[in-house]
Amino acid sequence: MDPLRQSPSRSSSRASSPRTLPSEMLGYVGIEAVLDQLKIKAMKMGFEFNIMVVGQSGLGKSTMVNTLFKSKMWKSTMPGLGVPTPQTLQLQSVTHVIEESGVKLKLTVTDTPGFGDQINNDKCWDPILGYINEQYEHYLQEEILITRQRHIPDTRVHCCVYFVPPTGHWLRPLDIEFLRRLCRTVNVVPVIARADSLTIEEREAFRHRIQENLKTHGIEVYPQQCFDEDINDKILNSKIRERIPFAVVGADQEHIVNGRCVLGRKTKWGIIEVENMAHCEFPLLRDLLIRSHLQDLKDITHNVHYENYRIFRLNESHVLPRGPGWVNLARAPASVPAPAGPQANPGPSKVGGWAKDNSDEEC
Amino acid sequence: MSKQQPTQFINPETPGYVGFANLPNQVHRKSVKKGFEFTLMVVGESGLGKSTLINSLFLTDLYPERVIPGAAEKIERTVQIEASTVEIEERGVKLRLTVVDTPGYGDAINCRDCFKTIISYIDEQFERYLHDESGLNRRHIIDNRVHCCFYFISPFGHGLKPLDVAFMKAIHNKVNIVPVIAKADTLTLKERERLKKRILDEIEEHNIKIYHLPDAESDEDEDFKEQTRLLKASIPFSVVGSNQLIEAKGKKVRGRLYPWGVVEVENPEHNDFLKLRTMLITHMQDLQEVTQDLHYENFRSERLKRGGRKVENEDMNKDQILLEKEAELRRMQEMIARMQAQMQMQMQGGDGDSAVHGHHV
Repeated sequence: MDPLRQSPSRSSSRASSPRTLPSEMLGYVGIEAVLDQLKIKAMKMGFEFNIMVVGQSGLGKSTMVNTLFKSKMWKSTMPGLGVPTPQTLQLQSVTHVIEESGVKLKLTVTDTPGFGDQINNDKCWDPILGYINEQYEHYLQEEILITRQRHIPDTRVHCCVYFVPPTGHWLRPLDIEFLRRLCRTVNVVPVIARADSLTIEEREAFRHRIQENLKTHGIEVYPQQCFDEDINDKILNSKIRERIPFAVVGADQEHIVNGRCVLGRKTKWGIIEVENMAHCEFPLLRDLLIRSHLQDLKDITHNVHYENYRIFRLNESHVLPRGPGWVNLARAPASVPAPAGPQANPGPSKVGGWAKDNSDEEC
Repeated sequence: MSKQQPTQFINPETPGYVGFANLPNQVHRKSVKKGFEFTLMVVGESGLGKSTLINSLFLTDLYPERVIPGAAEKIERTVQIEASTVEIEERGVKLRLTVVDTPGYGDAINCRDCFKTIISYIDEQFERYLHDESGLNRRHIIDNRVHCCFYFISPFGHGLKPLDVAFMKAIHNKVNIVPVIAKADTLTLKERERLKKRILDEIEEHNIKIYHLPDAESDEDEDFKEQTRLLKASIPFSVVGSNQLIEAKGKKVRGRLYPWGVVEVENPEHNDFLKLRTMLITHMQDLQEVTQDLHYENFRSERLKRGGRKVENEDMNKDQILLEKEAELRRMQEMIARMQAQMQMQMQGGDGDSAVHGHHV
């Protein structure tokens, strides 16, 4: 494959290069070959994507993950009788490497069973926030080492899919509290789960009410308006923003419809096709998460959310009192175990010195 | 008048026919004139289709101008009780139906206190009936006791939630519980069976006493027995409610129109709506009886046991006070008798002393 021979029009659809004179005029240099080199490198290295699904039990989270990635990431069956519902929220992560056309994706899905299931759901979002911040902390610790790894393993949550139960009325107080707290820390994509219990009109009305709710409470879900870079982004993202939250249905069983084999749910009154835009908006969700915005999700997580966390941590190790999930930034000598919670500070000046040195390095 | 064996004399012309076989007709006529009263309570999280189902069941619009509160208002609210009464008449039979709705149940983040309001409402109705029954004018007692409670279970979970279990255990001794799986059109047939079985297992595991349909009597006809058996096998009922008329297969039916098909409300293959309606109608009398004989009597005996210590309820204490007052009266009388006896003795003893003694009393 001779890169010089390839026509210039094969470059990516979102041209971000500044205005240049067409290369034919000055002679072909071959700079665009860099794109191919990047592609080859990326394919060798593989991609990582971490997604978290949050919602009450039974809303079809595991089924949705299976449907999204067309593989049995999870056994989407009900827990057996006699297994008590978890009293506290426990997070479970599953990692798979899936491959398509030579592109490897290391996918980590974090599930949150027990969310919102108890009688008293106060502060049920704390374990989730703690987990997300913990991942940021791991990355931070790796980043501030003197000898860093070539490729820091990225366990930060790139996207959090929040499943809203299809009541058809409004967002519940629990939903609002959770979304309010999380949209500042991670990219949140709310979806209307089990949308096959709503007719088309009910769906639209519900969607409008949810959008109203989000606006009233100042909740910015992904794609956030403030991160639109140029006019193309704005147009594309506005279209998406109009349809958020998507009304989705998940299914991992195949049925024959009109001679085609489709994923769907079979009922006595019809078959609900998951990939049919007239039935549900699952294709929109899939396109957003995988086909068009996967890299964008990772970029925003790295450039915005992670940076926010980093600034906060660097600031607070100087002055501010410890908050939840505070971890001692200074790597103490071997006697003290790895930081996992509030610990005694060996000496404020030492920590301050360390952090200040670091910030000099990084900046 | 000689009483004959009723089985031997069915024919009115036969000599010896007394005619009290006509009694059921008389009762029937009287009750038709009086009309029936029924109070139904619906409990469940918001958005499960409770109001739609009630409107579908009784073919009325009980909530004409309903404003669904937004989430911001929901945060401050506690559970409220809203009772709406409607008089339905069908073929000359009047039914005074009261539906007690419980908006706000299960909405808050912390639902620990959400069923206290409901329990105190049920107790209050029992209390009022008890008070009326013990009162002087017992002719026109209005029966507002809750005869049946439809508890709506979400079809999205994997069975009963902790809140469901806690609530049902708190009221299963006070009211007849009929568990209902709401929004059943979101489940396939297999999922529905699985969920029903799961719910029944959990109900048994937690020893929750739901309302059990009485078995058909042995002298009923086969159809009725079969119907009762079918009903019993379908508990908990999975229902879909709707009052919209949709055109399907040439005729107008009540249902919900989806892009992939039409869910018919009155189609027994699609959901158990008809079964729920049949159960409610054929067993309305039984529900009232169980409420009267079991739940109300339980409440009454509990109340009367506690009665002496409570100050609020005058009726309970009146008897006590009467008894006490009588005892005191007797004591006073005894004392006076004793004094008189003493005075007599003094008088016999001497004149001057009695006066002094008299003053001592």
